Amino acid sequence: MKKKTKRLYLALGLFAFAAGAVALTLNALKGSITYFYLPSDLAALDERPAAAIRLGGLVETGSVEFGETEDRTRPHVAFIVTDGENRIRVAYAGLLPDLFREGQGVIVQGRFTADGDHLNADTVLAKHDENYMPKEVADALKEKGRWQDNGAANYPDKGASGP
Amino acid sequence: MPNLYELANPERFERWARPAIPWLSGATIALLLAGLYYALFNSPADYQQGESVRIMYVHVPAAWMALFCYSTIAISSAVGFIWKHPLADVAAKEAAPIGAAFTFLALFTGSIWGKPMWGAWWAWDARLTSVLILFFLYLGYMAIWRTFDDKARAARLAAILAMVGFVNIPVIKFSVDWWNSLHQPASVFRDGGPSIHASMLPPLFLMAGAYMFFFAAALLQSMRNELMARRIARLEGGEKKTAATLVEQ
Repeated sequence: MKKKTKRLYLALGLFAFAAGAVALTLNALKGSITYFYLPSDLAALDERPAAAIRLGGLVETGSVEFGETEDRTRPHVAFIVTDGENRIRVAYAGLLPDLFREGQGVIVQGRFTADGDHLNADTVLAKHDENYMPKEVADALKEKGRWQDNGAANYPDKGASGP
Repeated sequence: MPNLYELANPERFERWARPAIPWLSGATIALLLAGLYYALFNSPADYQQGESVRIMYVHVPAAWMALFCYSTIAISSAVGFIWKHPLADVAAKEAAPIGAAFTFLALFTGSIWGKPMWGAWWAWDARLTSVLILFFLYLGYMAIWRTFDDKARAARLAAILAMVGFVNIPVIKFSVDWWNSLHQPASVFRDGGPSIHASMLPPLFLMAGAYMFFFAAALLQSMRNELMARRIARLEGGEKKTAATLVEQ
């Protein structure tokens, strides 16, 4: 075999080996690489997870209630996170990101209450989707009734699919 | 169509690269000015993000270039490793700092966009983490070149890292599809065409063009510098040898 050919096979072999190792690793870590779970992922479990988790989905329209914490020192907000199939109630005391609104994607991080009734969030992140357009265009689309509430489309795969 | 092999001969390279650089630099400046004008003054605010959308025009092309520069390094490394082409290793070596700079720019601008939009400077989601790994790959690649005095050895080891690290590129691209991530999915290179409104595409593509020409100009100039430095080192080495032989005599 010529030296050149040998090196070619060596390079291809190296790359294939690395690709295989990475694919296996990522597949094994599938559950922990996922940044958040959907309400349906949690509904599939027998019980609420005890550890802190991240939950992602859309803020259900009409579900947001603003108030104050019991000691009246901080703003308090309660809302429902939904993926269209399952819904989970969330309570949060603190400042919300600018993009937080009804129908918008959010990721909340926190623990479930002991009775599993709702999730007490210590962090709320707003998720931005892949759509960019001027306000006039968005308004025109809404006016013509051609606005696609792409909320659900933001979360295409129910449960993460590996590489 | 000139023979590519002839263009890559170091002497011929100097002959075509030198006059090309001013043109590439000129195109960079023209595209950058036009791109910034569109990005800052002549494009609409976003319906959700408001004016913050303008960060995208710096961020997204920088992220593209981060992947493109790394791919350039990986391909050049493979050519250098397998066919021992003299210019391929030089191209790979000199593309690294430029790619690292683009990667840093993408991470930095992403961070200052993330704080107002997401509510977080940083998140350990799959996209952000894999791009951070890319940044470290660039740094590691550059470190290998500096570690060894023997250029041939450095080139071989750096090439191995670059080729193995290429696995990360598809992971970055598809990270937003494979896992639930905070980062949004692709907006331009996706099935069904861009999900960015037409009025926002000119600044995006102008900036991407500017970055591309900058990469070409900067790469050719650094390759010329490196080739000259190697020639000087060779000549100096030769002189020392002559002097040493003279002393011995």
